[in-house]
Amino acid sequence: MLGANGPESWIWWSWVGDHLGDIGTAVREHLELTAIAVALGLVIALPLAIVVHRWRAWTTPVFAVTGIVYTIPSLALFAFFVPVTGLSRTTAEIALVGYTLLILIRNTATGLAGVSPDVREAAQGMGFGPVAQLLRVELPLAVPAVIAGIRIATVTTIGLVTVTALIGQGGLGDFILDGLNRDFKTPLVVGTVLSVALAVTADLLLLLLQHALTPWSRRRTA
Amino acid sequence: MRFLGDVVSWFAAGEHWRGADGIPHRLTEHLLMSGAAVLAALVLALPAGVVLGHLRRGGVAIVNLANVGRAIPSFALLVLAYFVFGIGPEPVFLTLLALGIPPIVTNAYVGVSEVDADAREVARGMGMTGGQVLRHVEIPLALPLVMAGVRTAGVQVVATATLGAVIAWGGLGRYIVDGFAQQDNVKIFCGALLVAGLSVGVEIGLAFLQRLTLSPGITGRRTTMAVASAVPGAAAHASLSPAVLNERKEQTHAET
Repeated sequence: MLGANGPESWIWWSWVGDHLGDIGTAVREHLELTAIAVALGLVIALPLAIVVHRWRAWTTPVFAVTGIVYTIPSLALFAFFVPVTGLSRTTAEIALVGYTLLILIRNTATGLAGVSPDVREAAQGMGFGPVAQLLRVELPLAVPAVIAGIRIATVTTIGLVTVTALIGQGGLGDFILDGLNRDFKTPLVVGTVLSVALAVTADLLLLLLQHALTPWSRRRTA
Repeated sequence: MRFLGDVVSWFAAGEHWRGADGIPHRLTEHLLMSGAAVLAALVLALPAGVVLGHLRRGGVAIVNLANVGRAIPSFALLVLAYFVFGIGPEPVFLTLLALGIPPIVTNAYVGVSEVDADAREVARGMGMTGGQVLRHVEIPLALPLVMAGVRTAGVQVVATATLGAVIAWGGLGRYIVDGFAQQDNVKIFCGALLVAGLSVGVEIGLAFLQRLTLSPGITGRRTTMAVASAVPGAAAHASLSPAVLNERKEQTHAET
């Protein structure tokens, strides 16, 4: 920040200006990798959460497996699949989806379990079968918990995607790696700041989505 | 099948068990670095979390610290530290320390501040001073949550130490990073096995330690807590958000 702005500064603005195109591409790749991971994660996690909620015997196996996956460091989880799927986007997504599962299943199952017995009884009294009860009463009431899970999963995934640069899958991690390889601070700062900005923005947008999807909870607080 | 054979012979080769690049040395590096970082994080974060929890002050700041911490990618933090401190153990240690502090301080704060108000009042009524309430009531009751924080911090620190190899430090991550550079799939896979084994081992070990901290006086909670802590990663996730922790606590109360 002191003196002239040049290659030795923490951020060299003319480099940033020259690379706006690359920066845009990296942001797009980063968002794509994240969105695919969270979306696939939801597709797998929602049914599993319902299974865990309905049949208690599944709780331990489901959480044991997803818990072990969650514990394995990202570099190692990528590395496991490299011999099978190579340095590919598939490798990156398998690992990224794996990390979302524990978060999404736990939050959804907690949300479903939190539906009050009175509400359930009322639904039964109104003639709702088990499926209708799940789809029209329990799942809607669990939406805030599900979205809380999506928020944690999204923020976590945006951070993890920086590591996918190590297996050549682009995203903002490319700038971090480039800065490291060339001993050049500007790309590192650009990659880091944008990654944090993406995480914070995504978190806020999901919070707004939650308010929009659950008008009843808004009315109660108003 | 041939690949699995190669993996087995990699582990069987004597050269991988000797010297500076041998498994015992890399494992020791990894564990010493992680252990030092978690201990330093405990020394710095535990008193702060416990005291603030006792005073019920600063909760918002602590939750914000944890949230900001989650938004900064640990890989970026590591590379930033490398630019400031250069090659060596320092940038790795400081990054791991920074990652270890938020879960410990959050869980200590939540654990102590959420101690049942009735229990505190009874202790006061018995004539205990603030310090005695803290020592004899709040800390013992908060201990399982404090340990959940230590567990989260420990698992995260061991995981991130793997990335230390990217900034030219050692640890078990070396096999993966070198394997990438040499396009040696066997080495990559064996490194991943070692790192995963260590992480799961640390998680299970810390989960066991966490169960030991449950006071026998609250064994009413034992069944539910035991189930929760028997699940690897359960605490890792739960302690990310105090709200989830509270929810779980309420459930436990309802069931007892």
